[in-house]
Amino acid sequence: MIETMLAGAPRRALVALALLLSALVAAPLFVNAYALSVLILALYYAYTGQAWNMMIGFAGLLSLGEAMFVGLGAYASAGLFQKFGVPPVLGLFLSVAVSAAAGAAVGWLAFRFDINGVYFALLTIAFSEFTRILVDNWAYLGGSEGLFLHVSGLAGWDIVNLRGSPVMFYYVLLAMTSGMFLLCRYLLASRLGYYWRAIREDQDAARSLGVDVFACKMAAVTISSGAAGLAGVVYAFYYNNLFPETAFALSHSIDMLLGAVVGGVGTLFGPIFGALLLTPLGEALTAATDGLRLPGVKQFFWGVVVAAIVLARPTGLWPMIAGALGLDKVGLDKVDADEKSGR
Amino acid sequence: MTRISAITPRRGGVDRRQFAAGAAALGLVSRPAIAATKLKIGLILPMSGYLAEIGQDDKRGEVLAGRVLPGMGYEPFEVVVGDTESKPEIARAVAEKLVNDGCHILIGAFDSGQTIAAVQVAEQKGIPFIVHIGAAPQITESGYKWVVRNFPTIPMILDDSFLNQKALFDYTKTAPKTVVLLHTNDTYGTIIAKGTPDLVAKHNMPYKLLDAIAYDPTAKDLSLEVAKAKASGAEALITVSRVNDAMLITREMVKQRWNPMGVMTPGPGWSDRPYLQTMGKMGDDVLSLLPWFDPNKPLSKRLVEEQAKVEPDRQLHVNHVLTFEAIYIAVDALKRAGTTEPNALMKALRETHIVDNSSISPAIAFDAKGQNTGIKNACVQNKGGLLKVVIPRSAADAEPVWPMRPWDKRA
Amino acid sequence: MPATYANILISGALAGLIYGLSALGLSVIFGVVRIVNFAHGEMMVGAMFLTTLMVNALGLDPLLCLPVVAAVLFVFGYLLQRFLIERVAHLPDHMQFLLMAALATTLTAAWLMIFGPETRGVRLSYGYDSYEVGPLILDKTRVFAAAAALVVAGLLFAFFRWSATGKAIRACGDNHTGALVVGLDVRKLYALTFGIGAMCLGAAGAIMVMLIDTQPYLGPQYTLLAFVIVILGGLGSMAGAMLGGLVIGFSEALAGVLFQPSLKSAFSFALLIVILLVRPQGLLGKRA
Repeated sequence: MIETMLAGAPRRALVALALLLSALVAAPLFVNAYALSVLILALYYAYTGQAWNMMIGFAGLLSLGEAMFVGLGAYASAGLFQKFGVPPVLGLFLSVAVSAAAGAAVGWLAFRFDINGVYFALLTIAFSEFTRILVDNWAYLGGSEGLFLHVSGLAGWDIVNLRGSPVMFYYVLLAMTSGMFLLCRYLLASRLGYYWRAIREDQDAARSLGVDVFACKMAAVTISSGAAGLAGVVYAFYYNNLFPETAFALSHSIDMLLGAVVGGVGTLFGPIFGALLLTPLGEALTAATDGLRLPGVKQFFWGVVVAAIVLARPTGLWPMIAGALGLDKVGLDKVDADEKSGR
Repeated sequence: MTRISAITPRRGGVDRRQFAAGAAALGLVSRPAIAATKLKIGLILPMSGYLAEIGQDDKRGEVLAGRVLPGMGYEPFEVVVGDTESKPEIARAVAEKLVNDGCHILIGAFDSGQTIAAVQVAEQKGIPFIVHIGAAPQITESGYKWVVRNFPTIPMILDDSFLNQKALFDYTKTAPKTVVLLHTNDTYGTIIAKGTPDLVAKHNMPYKLLDAIAYDPTAKDLSLEVAKAKASGAEALITVSRVNDAMLITREMVKQRWNPMGVMTPGPGWSDRPYLQTMGKMGDDVLSLLPWFDPNKPLSKRLVEEQAKVEPDRQLHVNHVLTFEAIYIAVDALKRAGTTEPNALMKALRETHIVDNSSISPAIAFDAKGQNTGIKNACVQNKGGLLKVVIPRSAADAEPVWPMRPWDKRA
Repeated sequence: MPATYANILISGALAGLIYGLSALGLSVIFGVVRIVNFAHGEMMVGAMFLTTLMVNALGLDPLLCLPVVAAVLFVFGYLLQRFLIERVAHLPDHMQFLLMAALATTLTAAWLMIFGPETRGVRLSYGYDSYEVGPLILDKTRVFAAAAALVVAGLLFAFFRWSATGKAIRACGDNHTGALVVGLDVRKLYALTFGIGAMCLGAAGAIMVMLIDTQPYLGPQYTLLAFVIVILGGLGSMAGAMLGGLVIGFSEALAGVLFQPSLKSAFSFALLIVILLVRPQGLLGKRA
């Protein structure tokens, strides 16, 4: 397995990755608490962006309902913890299972009827909104009153109960992001990964060559949504309260996919790069516009910056940078921008 | 020395505090030197996002604080506003930023979810947090050590709203025999709806609750909901709505020619300025049962006067008063603590006892959980585009109109 | 009681016609330019603010402001397509989505900065009037609003059916390459289409202020509503959008009567999911 994953990776890329990882591991020693909180958010988006990327970038399925998978995962583990005292380290299995099942259900319904492209995207939005209203009306888990977690031990390192300092959450997210990166690398280099890319480029051609399109797409949706469910666990225990309106919001989905798109959909490292770039950029924008005392001005420029990136680098920023640094030789980080995905 | 550490970006958070505490213990830092440290307050509000309307309104209290508090013998202070963009993630990040920028105390945040997200930071760093508005009971029931709240919990508001109603019925000698509840299905509306039946029984209300109708907060059309409420045959309407819904409900009531004895709301919306301005005469006589300020107190008069100078066409609102009071509490704590050192500041906050206040409570003071248990509602009535207190009579500045006038009898 | 509920169903259907007009804007654009306008609601909120401003400053009726607002939105849409969207036409869906989402963020922020956060409404002299037809009470603003929506939609149908430009646009939508081959100026026609789509939602926005008050954050709700309607009716089908609006207005009212009103939007989403699964091309759509 390890050989497969390393196969074809240029030495420079491995060195660069090792350097980045060491920098991230050492970061809490050097940065202040505020910068750490920004890094935590960046890693959260790096992780969720990778999960999202697995659907769109690898299999060509545009999901705009990522918040549903994260939200379900969050509610599952938070509910178990709050109602039955089950620690999140066990609860996360339910989270992943629930989110994966939701993903599988959406996928099964959609792919049987060959729903693709924009239609699939709108279907995921519809499911996400539908779930929001259901949870809103589900009194057992707090409904629209919200679900609040017991708060204790905001300082230590209680990994089992995910109660602890931001540094702990930082390392948890760093481990998740790294793990996700390895999983993506493994999957892309696997047979399934090749099938996915075949489907992304041309579904009908893939099918005619004997690829089981339905099964491959189901695999993409299920793995990706299950992975998103895991992010929900961290979301719930980091913020300690859940409201359907914010957890299942379309804007939550957009925040999660932003980094991946800006970094480069379909690339391995793009989602991480995008999130690590965009989250601090948002904070910088806040700092830069603070003096204007004009609420809304930050979001105004945020929209402009994102639009500018889309227009300037439609394939995302990472492929360009990877190319310039000579980090990619196996073609995993290349995407074909001229192909409309999913059509 | 404290000055320097206040501007130096903080690393880890603990060092500076330990240093300051140690320095204070050793008497290295003399009192006057500390008093010279300007109190820096981080005000966390939803200035943009879907709660922007209320967040930006709350901020007006900060302007009043800057104009009124120095005249009351308090040291100059600085307020930095952090925008939550109406999202809990941002609320937390912004709290981190404010603490990092050297704020000694945080105030916020209106929405309970955002408040709790921001409170995590205060708890972690050991920075005092004053909740100016935010009604979820969990804020003071979760064992937080750095939080005080000068706002009632939802159960307190609700309980008090029934006492207000009884006082109104007694005073006017008119009471409905039946009511219907029409509420938005958001956090606040749901809790109110759940608590109402029990409280109707507990307070032995003169009426029967016929029906409770919930609607989605994003509803764009409430004709159906109003028709259902009307069809219940109730004599009065109790409602919890946001300002947009309040307008839709009023219009529908007029159009459907439903003239109940009254419209009462233990929530926001109906006392908001856009409602008063847009609805005109049709907005009159509505009763809001909410935490309010006592217009007869000297401090309230002072605030009314100052607000008239800042924005002559905008009446003083409880949103402004509560933000003002939170800042007031902060500077008062600093005065008594004599230092911005967090533990001392927090101790002073817990010992707060301000009698010269504006809200309807005998004093601003906090119990062991950090809750001001004495803060009360008023029954506020819309009168010609202005908000007047009619109940309790001790804080009233107008006579109640009850039952409310029919829609077609409003010349 | 039956009369009350008949009232509700009728007023739901009337509101549905206005939603339909707004959704028509989305549908026309998708049908030809093949772009899903995720900034739909935000653009409409702009139109609503503009109308509110005109009504309150000049004392005009919203329906008199309609042509002006529609024209402003047409120009906005035309320029948007010409200078921005055209450049992402060849990009994958998610890139187009992100550009439109970024535009939506920027527009919302602009509305907040320009108009402030407070809800703004209009006062109409006939705002509280209603017609009594037998046992039914028909709300005057709703009748006017629905009638206006029908007129605008009718004009649009006529334009696409009989005018040369309208036919050319339809040709573009049906066969892009073919249109190029026969020498149509596709770029200009696309810009025109986007302009017309924007005009539609401008008109819908002007009408909408008669029913609802405006604030900067209404956008996403209307975007979602328009999605539900066009998918129901058939993405790209004009008649489908109006029919979808009618169905949604009617069925939401019905759901509210039969179940808790708080579940009525869940009902539309459920309806949408069923339609997507059973008939993805929508009620009147052609299979893509």
